[in-house]
Amino acid sequence: MIDIWIHPGFLFFLAAAVLPFVKVQWKSIYKLAVPVLGFIALLIVPHGNHGVLPLLGQTEMIFGRVDKLSLVFGYVIAIATFIGMVFSLHVKNDKEHMAGLVYAGSALGTVFAGDLLTIFLFWEIMAFSSAMLIFYAPWKRAEEVGMRYLYVHIFGGLLLLAGIFIYVGNTGEIAFNAMPKEGIGPMLILSGFLLNAAVPPLSAWLPDAYPESTITGVVFMSALTTKTAVYVLLRGYAGTEILVPLGVFMALYGVVYAVIENDIRRLLAYHIISQVGYMVAGAGMGSEMAVNGATSHAFAHILYKGLLMMGMSSVILMTGLRKLTDLGGLYKYMPWTFMFYMVGGFAISGFPYFSGFVSKSMVISAASELHRPWVAMLLTLASAGTFLHTGLKLPYYVFFWKDWDQTKIKAVDPPKNMLWGMGLAAFACTFIGVFPEALYQALPFESDYHPYTWGHVIGAYQILLLTAVGFFMLLKKLDPTVTISMDTDWTYRKAIGGFLWFIKKPVVRYETFITEVYKKVLIEPVKKFSKIGWTVDTWVFDGLVNAAGWATLLESKISEMFDMHVIDASITKVPAMIGASARRLRKTQTGSIQNYIMVMVVGVVILAIASFIFY
Amino acid sequence: MWIIHWLEKIIENPEEMKKTKKFFLYFGIALVVIDVVIHIPSLHLVHIYFLWDWVPGFSSLYGFISTYLIIVISKWIGHAFLMKPENFYD
Repeated sequence: MIDIWIHPGFLFFLAAAVLPFVKVQWKSIYKLAVPVLGFIALLIVPHGNHGVLPLLGQTEMIFGRVDKLSLVFGYVIAIATFIGMVFSLHVKNDKEHMAGLVYAGSALGTVFAGDLLTIFLFWEIMAFSSAMLIFYAPWKRAEEVGMRYLYVHIFGGLLLLAGIFIYVGNTGEIAFNAMPKEGIGPMLILSGFLLNAAVPPLSAWLPDAYPESTITGVVFMSALTTKTAVYVLLRGYAGTEILVPLGVFMALYGVVYAVIENDIRRLLAYHIISQVGYMVAGAGMGSEMAVNGATSHAFAHILYKGLLMMGMSSVILMTGLRKLTDLGGLYKYMPWTFMFYMVGGFAISGFPYFSGFVSKSMVISAASELHRPWVAMLLTLASAGTFLHTGLKLPYYVFFWKDWDQTKIKAVDPPKNMLWGMGLAAFACTFIGVFPEALYQALPFESDYHPYTWGHVIGAYQILLLTAVGFFMLLKKLDPTVTISMDTDWTYRKAIGGFLWFIKKPVVRYETFITEVYKKVLIEPVKKFSKIGWTVDTWVFDGLVNAAGWATLLESKISEMFDMHVIDASITKVPAMIGASARRLRKTQTGSIQNYIMVMVVGVVILAIASFIFY
Repeated sequence: MWIIHWLEKIIENPEEMKKTKKFFLYFGIALVVIDVVIHIPSLHLVHIYFLWDWVPGFSSLYGFISTYLIIVISKWIGHAFLMKPENFYD
């Protein structure tokens, strides 16, 4: 059979390489065409393994494992790339688009990888290309944050690589399917995955880095890294019990931080952790419904979180402000941004007829079906928290709260292409909510789940309404404060600073003390000793040296006399003798050739006679 | 845009605000009433997994308690441990 597989990831890589050479007037169309082509490549590819590369004659790397699970993630990555491209069309720096394409391409590479080595390869490309989206950001902190982001991901990559080595060493197997649930190798691989899924305490990189990325790059950031991690968890670790409590903990962890956070994009970043918690818990429960729920939640999440991030990025771009304490009252001046943001807010909060409702309720229902009341109850609580700050707190303090002074900073809706990006995402969120079957039929398992039952819809509205009531009752408590939130990145930001302090303060003091001791115990006595030595030196050694000097002087005088009268005399006499004998010899030189020939002939004759006599 | 004008009217006019609040109050009451109706066992409209699924209006109660707990506990943890001045890392 002819392999018609075109790897969409490689398509993106190639497109990124060609991008700088595309003529300016074609660039916009080109940027939009690439994800569309990638999407088409996914639509036409048959299920099965493609792009299989023999490795060392023993095993093989699989670049294209195509089945329902990988395809549904592939679709949403292509869609998110398209939306991200629309949102960033106005950006003139090609490098940002190239980084975005490579990032999305490597995410696709990870999703379609059928073996651990291929996963690792794309995992690393993903880390580096995404870091670029932080480095290109205009603010001062970007470089520092980008380096920190990169270090954390290199550490995660090393965990993964170590796990792969141990696992492959033990089993001789490099294929990536359902992994064993014990052993050092699989557990190291799992921890590498959990780092990218931002599971606490390995999560601090996410709220540290995402809010510092470029205005447009954050769409890619919030879509790709954590969701590919969810994919590999679903593929390799579905049914791993530890993931359930971890996922539930994540869901609540993100909520707590979102309540106290002041930076608008950081609040959303914390909320990514909360949302990924549902997916991790779904992967941990591992039933068909739970895996379906986690997959559809990842799909829906990429779209509405992208939308929310686009909304807040627009606010930052147009006002230059990023703190809740500085914002407020923008709804009149940025109406479209506000409207689109609210669609995202309704979607993430799980309002019926928006995408979050049809995906989140699936995870919670899966927990109920498995008779896990705690999981169901705590995830429901976290969903109240989701509405509380993504749907209420954030829009309230950004778009309402106080009057916006238009004379100080003139706020208007962002450029058209950014509004289109948000509009597309808003459309997708609503479409999935109204026609959930469109998403459900792409899920890895057959599903007869119906989100729109009386119980679900009425229950959801009750929770949402009472959350809003609670919000307005406790509004004073929620007022933002000019603070930042400490997270586990304290260990590598402050603790390393502490180490430096340790070097500066106690170590330096210790060093001073030691120097003092050294001075008293060693240097002073040595000085004293050397003084004695000096005295001995002047009177004893110098005396000896002087005496030797005088002796030498005397000796040299004697040798000078000898030199003058004996050696020099002989040197001048020898040339005189040679000159005299040369004068005499010169008379034998006639200068006529026959004399010389005569001498040579006589010589030859003498030699011939001599040889004849002696041999 | 009509939605924006409508919001502006509500926010800047206390009378309208009162009306809106009243609307949501009735909406909430309606939800609980519907919840009571759909909990009638012979209708089979609510899937019962756990004990509390029998209780009409439980979602309202749970939603409110959740919100209250989240705000109070988060703020407490925040003030006690997590919230730091902005120059904390400098």
